[in-house]
Amino acid sequence: MTVADGVLDRGARLGFDLAKAAGIGSIALGVLAFWVALPPVAVRSAAVPAVLGLGGILAGVSSWRLGHTRLGWTGVCIAILGLLAGILASRAAVGNLEVVITWGALTAATLRYATPLVFASIGGLFSERSGVVNIGLEGMMLMGAFFGIYGADQTDSWIAGILIGMAAGAALALVHAFFSIHMRADQIVSGTAINFLALGLTGYLYIDQYGTEGTGDVPAVPDVHLGFLARIPPDGLGKYLDRAFGQLNLMIWLALATVVLAYIVIFKTTIGLRIRSVGEHPRAADTVGISVYATRYGAVTTSGALAALGGVYLSIGFVHSFTENMTAGRGFIALAALIFGKWRPFGALGAALLFGFASAVAPRLENVEAWATYGTLFQTLPYILTLIAVAGVIGRSIPPAAIGRPYEKQ
Amino acid sequence: MVAPTKSNNEEAPTTLTSRLSLYERAGGVLTPLVTTLLAFLVAGLVILVSTGKNPLPVYRGILDGTGLPWLLHWLVDVRVIGGTQDLYPTEADAVAVSAISLQQTLILTGSLILTALAVAFAFRCGLFNIGGQGQYLVGVIVAVAIGSELTGVPRGVHVLLALFCAGLAAAVWAGIAGLLRATVGAHEVITTIMLNWIAYWVGSYLFSIGGPLQSDTQKSVPISNDIQDSAKLHVLWGGVQGLHAGFLIALAALVVFWLVIDRTTLGYRVRAVGANPEAARYGGINVPRSYFLAMAISGAFAGLAGAIDILGWQYRFSQLDIQGSDIGFAGIAVALLGRNKPLGILFSALLFGALLTGTSTRNLNPDIFDPELAGNLTLIIQGLVVLFVGADVLVAWLWRARRKVRA
Repeated sequence: MTVADGVLDRGARLGFDLAKAAGIGSIALGVLAFWVALPPVAVRSAAVPAVLGLGGILAGVSSWRLGHTRLGWTGVCIAILGLLAGILASRAAVGNLEVVITWGALTAATLRYATPLVFASIGGLFSERSGVVNIGLEGMMLMGAFFGIYGADQTDSWIAGILIGMAAGAALALVHAFFSIHMRADQIVSGTAINFLALGLTGYLYIDQYGTEGTGDVPAVPDVHLGFLARIPPDGLGKYLDRAFGQLNLMIWLALATVVLAYIVIFKTTIGLRIRSVGEHPRAADTVGISVYATRYGAVTTSGALAALGGVYLSIGFVHSFTENMTAGRGFIALAALIFGKWRPFGALGAALLFGFASAVAPRLENVEAWATYGTLFQTLPYILTLIAVAGVIGRSIPPAAIGRPYEKQ
Repeated sequence: MVAPTKSNNEEAPTTLTSRLSLYERAGGVLTPLVTTLLAFLVAGLVILVSTGKNPLPVYRGILDGTGLPWLLHWLVDVRVIGGTQDLYPTEADAVAVSAISLQQTLILTGSLILTALAVAFAFRCGLFNIGGQGQYLVGVIVAVAIGSELTGVPRGVHVLLALFCAGLAAAVWAGIAGLLRATVGAHEVITTIMLNWIAYWVGSYLFSIGGPLQSDTQKSVPISNDIQDSAKLHVLWGGVQGLHAGFLIALAALVVFWLVIDRTTLGYRVRAVGANPEAARYGGINVPRSYFLAMAISGAFAGLAGAIDILGWQYRFSQLDIQGSDIGFAGIAVALLGRNKPLGILFSALLFGALLTGTSTRNLNPDIFDPELAGNLTLIIQGLVVLFVGADVLVAWLWRARRKVRA
């Protein structure tokens, strides 16, 4: 402990956060451990990723001991993953690897899987920061998914599809808001009901409108082509950037912009201050003249519209069709991302990217012989990490103080 | 139930238990009945608006699909109740079909009773267990594993062992959430949601092609082996997929629930913690221990539900079944409508069991109404019931009305 303190002191004197650096280093080493085993480097000895991964684990642990608990443990997790994946990849045939795991494609896939989670968890952020638990995110996403494609189909415009989807999500959120704010109902019960309702309603309307034939051809949200990325030197980097970011859907960029916007709104504006104060201490907020009800209504409705965007992306941005219950639990992963990200926009983004990575890697693992059956098991990662996070092992996630409690005006 | 003080009476109910005691005073059995009628009315409107059909014949068709008319077949021709004179030439045919439908309804009722008890027991301790689905899956997985992998065990022993282990495993699974609540205060709603999805994916892995529990004979299908004959529950009524002894287990569980909650020290502690954890702690009750035990017992109920489904009629489980299964979630609606009381749960489980069976593709006559639409209608009704009863809107309304009358 004294050694650690000494190191920390010296670091502080140099104006340099050693703990943070160690944490970031551990993440970098973990990624590197995996990367060296892949083309173009394609190291064929298991020792290299092993050494790099172990270095990463050490760096992570030291970051943890020096005080950056969450960052340190994230580093340790990534280093362990990188070590295992790196050793495995180094033992597989190179030709096979190029087909199975190409970094650019993996990055793009991660972003594709993360996008619905980003939208929904930012949505959840608004609601929960204002003190209203939202486990109805799943249902709101589903509304967005159906009404997004339905709207696009009816109006023959994807822009209208996005707007109609958002409106549908907001409408369902309004029901949740009414019951949790005005009726002072239990917010968990209300959220559960919202999920049942959305599942039944969208399934009913889908069968009623489209029967079993499916939605057919509907206008889709376009991809954004960034051709210049491929020309960035050196050649390998350009190729990677092109594969990863050159042809992403417009809504993926929109999701990233939403995170930045949410950060600004929540932490840099008066509206954000109101939302946060209502979520932390509604009585105090009320005393200084902030309308608790209005603020919560606004936040919950925004939450529904944003979660619906995640659903819209799924239906007309990603798979271009609708199936009953197509969100398949993504609303709950988004909730997990929100908690794992400690109710912060960039934290939620990071968690969504990590969970998106887990989803992107899982099907690819099925092509690697040694891992064929474990791909499915890999999908549990987001939930296990969240469980560990709420248990407080890696820096406790603490919710807004007034969350889940109805407020009564006096 | 702890009697609320005078000043508490003036406050709007904010905690789970203050609501629960409110249930006792406002409305009685009336609220769930009115809510159910309201939900059916809304669903009827949905039918009318979307398809232009008269909802009454549709509900009649659903009622026919539930098999409930069979109960009256000694008195009336079931074809008259179901309106199926054109469908079945003789009454005997109609009665036979009706009997099979009723067996399905009761099978589902049994499972729903158990998953609802899983919600109700935790609820009485002030915990919201929405992990019933995951605990149910854990029960399914263990029942499949013991039922199919274990050989050469006498029949009674095999069945009991499978039931016991499934219940125990699910109790441990739910106990994780209880333990986290008890030790570090992690909210059980979050942890049980996470545990649901972990169970979902672990199950998907176990039954996947090449997975540990995947069939030895059908190598290309993600399905488990069939369970041994020695692990199958006795069929009480009917033939293949008839009503099995699991239904009796569910009924027994209702009695056990009542005994434990109302007649034991453990139940008293659970209710005291549910009523007011601070007061319970002050009174010398070990609150964390109660949280853990309440969750574990809840989990055991849900695990048993999974076990009786496997040992009673499904005999095997597949990846597809995991995706399609929602009995654990339906248990939330059943428990809320039944107000977390044994008798209430019995009736609301019968209602939802009948509704789910009556709207299934297998039982609803497609000429009357598209079963796929009807299945979604059931979800809408479920949602409305949870919204109105669970969110106790009607209760609050009645409460205010009563106070006005008194004043």
